[in-house]
Amino acid sequence: MIMETEIFPHRHLLGIQGLSPVEIESLLDLADSYVALNREADKKRGVLRGRTVINLFFENSTRTRTSFELAGKRLGADVINMQVATSSVNKGETLIDTAVTLNAMHLDVLVVRHPDSGAVKLLAEKVNCAVINGGDGTHEHPTQALLDALTIRRRKGRLSGLRVAICGDILHSRVARSNIHLLNIMGAEVRVVAPRTLLPTGIEALGVDVHHDMRTGLRDVDIVMMLRVQNERMSGNFVPSTREYFHFFGLDYNKLALAKPDALIMHPGPMNRGFEIDSDVADDVERSVIREQVEMGVAVRMAVLDVLARGKS
Amino acid sequence: MALPIPGRVAYVNARLLDPATGHDGPGGVLAEGERIVDFGPGLFCPPSLPEGTERVDCGGHCLAPGLVDIRMQLREPGYEHKESVRGACWAAVNGGITAMVCLPNTLPVIDDVATLEFVARRARMIGLTKVYAYGAATKGLKGVEIAEMGLLAEVGAVGFTDGLNAIADALVMRRALSYAATFGLTIVQHPEDPALAAGGVMNEGEMAARLGLAGIPPCAESILLMRDLRLVELTGGRYHAAHVSTAEGIEAIRRAKDKGLPVTCDTAPFYFALNELAIGDYRTFAKLSPPLRGEADRQAVVEGLRSGLIDAIVSDHAPQDQDSKRRPFAQAEFGGVGLETLLAVTLDLYHDGHMSLLSALRLLTSGPAGLLGLDAGRLRKGGAADLVLFAPDRAWQVVADTLVSKSKNAPFDGRPVQGRILRTVVDGRTVFAVADGINRKRS
Repeated sequence: MIMETEIFPHRHLLGIQGLSPVEIESLLDLADSYVALNREADKKRGVLRGRTVINLFFENSTRTRTSFELAGKRLGADVINMQVATSSVNKGETLIDTAVTLNAMHLDVLVVRHPDSGAVKLLAEKVNCAVINGGDGTHEHPTQALLDALTIRRRKGRLSGLRVAICGDILHSRVARSNIHLLNIMGAEVRVVAPRTLLPTGIEALGVDVHHDMRTGLRDVDIVMMLRVQNERMSGNFVPSTREYFHFFGLDYNKLALAKPDALIMHPGPMNRGFEIDSDVADDVERSVIREQVEMGVAVRMAVLDVLARGKS
Repeated sequence: MALPIPGRVAYVNARLLDPATGHDGPGGVLAEGERIVDFGPGLFCPPSLPEGTERVDCGGHCLAPGLVDIRMQLREPGYEHKESVRGACWAAVNGGITAMVCLPNTLPVIDDVATLEFVARRARMIGLTKVYAYGAATKGLKGVEIAEMGLLAEVGAVGFTDGLNAIADALVMRRALSYAATFGLTIVQHPEDPALAAGGVMNEGEMAARLGLAGIPPCAESILLMRDLRLVELTGGRYHAAHVSTAEGIEAIRRAKDKGLPVTCDTAPFYFALNELAIGDYRTFAKLSPPLRGEADRQAVVEGLRSGLIDAIVSDHAPQDQDSKRRPFAQAEFGGVGLETLLAVTLDLYHDGHMSLLSALRLLTSGPAGLLGLDAGRLRKGGAADLVLFAPDRAWQVVADTLVSKSKNAPFDGRPVQGRILRTVVDGRTVFAVADGINRKRS
């Protein structure tokens, strides 16, 4: 099974940008096989026995960190979580010093989340091990895009040709950026729907159609991908209020009716119910795949850890 | 309280003016109920009218779409000692105004749906001039957080502004323009840099120096305008500059328009018919915001109107009670009433040969209505029968105490003018009429 390393010829996974359709497809194929494993009673495999994975999180995270931890452990690796609150970073150590220190401990994989865009890449330049971007600032969150792609592919059988609307706070979203890249690479048609204040200038250049109205943005889409809007953006800086945002941009059944009848609802979590998504829609067992996304998350991270760590001698 | 439905009325023997179509000639209007059913030259002096039609002989006077004023202050709710919705509507119909847009600087501020609906309901019940409202661009007009523009627009806000306050913070203006553009809405700015204007009470220059009053430099307008216009370029938001008063400000707008930016502007009669000399010996009725400027600036405003660069004329009606104006100049409040003098003073532009009657009228009808997308200011079959009948040459003198407006702070007090409103019709109902042009009564 040395094949996977050959079809994924990268040392790190820092972003979706730069990956080829074949690389993405093969990662998803591998992840698909782990979905089955995760549903068995005995979920443990030994393919990463002896490998060390450190989750280095400079930002709070529950699901991503847990997901990586589970993924590593199920493949037999030793996984250590480093929280920013307990690390020497709070004692004034620079990011590069942290990297050099960790590097001396002979890791195999470092999973990093950091509030600054580009910080993960900076760290990757200073270590010998593989680095996985667990989310850097408002730049990329590649494993989220991969798990979203796996969720879609399993439901729809394909990615190319699908029409996907990504709705909400695009400006501050690394999830949106990684998804825009991945969906474009795979030949999907991507729309973004948001008030202008929550869209970065020049977003069109990333290969999306821009909509400011859910009524046009959701028309005939196969996938509705909602984004989390942080509460602090809702009080007049970017958006006047929660109620106005929900009225115009929150996903409810009225707006969803414009999408295709079998359109899927996705959300990277954690959800703000009543802010960006109506509870009924979020919990709709027919349409919402939000819980499925979490399940796919573990499988995708197993696949990524596998291709980056297993091949190392 | 339902208003009675008017019958069929023929306004005949008129000089019919419709700036939207450029029509100026003999004609008439046939209204049925609240709507116009027909208009044009065919309705000039018809020998017979269908049974049951009321005939209004216009006596050859000018019949035009009712005037549209897109900048006035209602003062209600919150400042009823200055003016009420009813009083403002009476003043407006005396001035031939059939639709007007109030600023959101009431108390409470029109920054939520409930306040806007209150104002709209009050005006609807009164049944005189139609009142539209701007929503606040920022919450509480504080210039910090953008207001609920989307929800306000859904219940009828026609644009967004902080009223007498400039949106000073560049980032807030950027976000306001950007957010408004999401819904295709317009931001209306009071273009005056508050830091440069702070403490100033009149135009900066020789006269202020002589009077010993703190001045507001003309560049307080142009600096803010230039910044805003650059932000319009960045955001693509629609922007309207209110009451421009300086040559350099107008020049900035000209450049923006030449670039094709979505920018428009208006001015008020104060700024083309008066200059700072009106302050004379500390006359507080002439204390306005922006301040009355020098003669060169006044001429630039006239030229801006003549050339079509300025898109509309507004009354900038700002009622102030006596206690607010009977004070030392520096302590008096800013603002002047203008609803009842809007047409007559604007007609100065026609009488002085700067433009045709039709062009002057356009600045008071289809011009302002078009800026905010109001269904007003033009004659249209099936459209509301909102009309004004006036005698463009008839002379009268503005006497503040005879104005129907509750507050009498008229900067044009004492001025001889030409152009008398004879009849004002809103939704087919005659809400103001005089037989001889003198009897101006408030009921």
